[in-house]
Amino acid sequence: MTYIQLAYSDLILPACLVVMDGALSLVLHLKLERQLAIATVRMVVQLVLVGYVLTFLFAAVSPFWTALAAFIMVIFASREIMVRQKRRLRGLWTYGLGAGCTLLAAGTVTMFSLLTQLHPEPWYHPRYALPLLGMILGNTMTGISLGLDVLTNGLVRERAAVEACLALGGTRYQALLPVLRDALRSGFMPTINGMAAIGLVSLPGMMTGQILAGVEPIDAVKYQLLIMFLIAGGTGLGTLAAVMGGGRLLTDHRHRLRLDRIASDPPG
Amino acid sequence: MLTVGALTRLHISVSFELNDGECIALQGPSGAGKSLLLRAIADLDPNEGAIKLDGTLREAVPAPLWRKQVTYVAAEPGWWADTVQEHFAGWNDAIPLVARLGLSPDCGTWQIQRLSTGEKQRLGLARALMLQSRVLLLDEPTAALDATSTAIVESIVAERISNGTGVIWSTHDSAQAQRVGSRLFVMDAGGCIEEHQL
Repeated sequence: MTYIQLAYSDLILPACLVVMDGALSLVLHLKLERQLAIATVRMVVQLVLVGYVLTFLFAAVSPFWTALAAFIMVIFASREIMVRQKRRLRGLWTYGLGAGCTLLAAGTVTMFSLLTQLHPEPWYHPRYALPLLGMILGNTMTGISLGLDVLTNGLVRERAAVEACLALGGTRYQALLPVLRDALRSGFMPTINGMAAIGLVSLPGMMTGQILAGVEPIDAVKYQLLIMFLIAGGTGLGTLAAVMGGGRLLTDHRHRLRLDRIASDPPG
Repeated sequence: MLTVGALTRLHISVSFELNDGECIALQGPSGAGKSLLLRAIADLDPNEGAIKLDGTLREAVPAPLWRKQVTYVAAEPGWWADTVQEHFAGWNDAIPLVARLGLSPDCGTWQIQRLSTGEKQRLGLARALMLQSRVLLLDEPTAALDATSTAIVESIVAERISNGTGVIWSTHDSAQAQRVGSRLFVMDAGGCIEEHQL
């Protein structure tokens, strides 16, 4: 397995392409140059930092440091889920639901793949555990945030319909079912679309990375298939848990719709 | 039959009893809390108080079962499916009632979107009447209806009352309150209820 190593100096010329984007923004008065500059600097700093952190973690192969890194990844994912919501749950659940479901889904699926498919030695080896968790987390996060967004907006929009069903003696599950279905569909859709288009419209990043690193394409495809199955499982599990949990939190034991548990202030 | 003891919901605090075959007409300015009161009795919003049906505390009954016995009918009914008949547990059984309310017996397959406000209000009422509840909490049930349809609704509800159903009927129409009510409650802007002579 051979690959062409890059020096930092090799990145100067490609970076000019981003400068070109900035120049275009200036010429066309798009007012994107500031955002572009900040995003570029953030990307460079974050990736270089992650590179050094991963180098340290791979050298340490410590269950503590691996778990800490995984925990921090989940915290960032749950923050991202919260930020993407137009309407948020009140109190601790603002973070709690997203974090809990992300941890449950991505954690379970990552463990499943480590223990049953990859069998690294030791099983928590960060070279396998963290990239796997990262890829599953990113997709699970999208599914959960979409599902929760459609759930809360749907319940606010369909309040009269939900309460009509409750008033006629429907249970909270019966009353919420149409909105729950919409939310679950929205959460699953990006993964299904991604699976349908993969290989035809785009070559996935991980597979491309492995091919560039010298792995045989068929071996890279096998890894990519494994990842896609894990992503599908993680997204399904996480979205289901978040939407059903959200539905339960937005009703109470007397089968009442509790929209007062949604914060009234929109995210800034 | 229905005992409302020290029911508290936001600014409302009331106690009263509703007997079998009785209709309480409920009046008051907009925003006084008439809908809040009816919704609270149906347990659709968090509230406090000792609400009993035939001596059984509301909390002792599962909420869905309570609402099948004590049914709230909103002024603007909501719809959760595409067609009319999907909102009825047994559409064929409901056809005679729906026809009596002046709607086509074929309206079961109609799309909810094509219904007028008045048609929606009558179907919303029909859907609730099919439950054969012990208590009906009617929130301005004829607000969107013409005089003919209003008379039909009043007559159908009067039949239910004569068969023992208890009704609380919220209305802005004083003449209607006189027609349908056996007692009249007037709610002021502060949420206090006073019983007035009919």
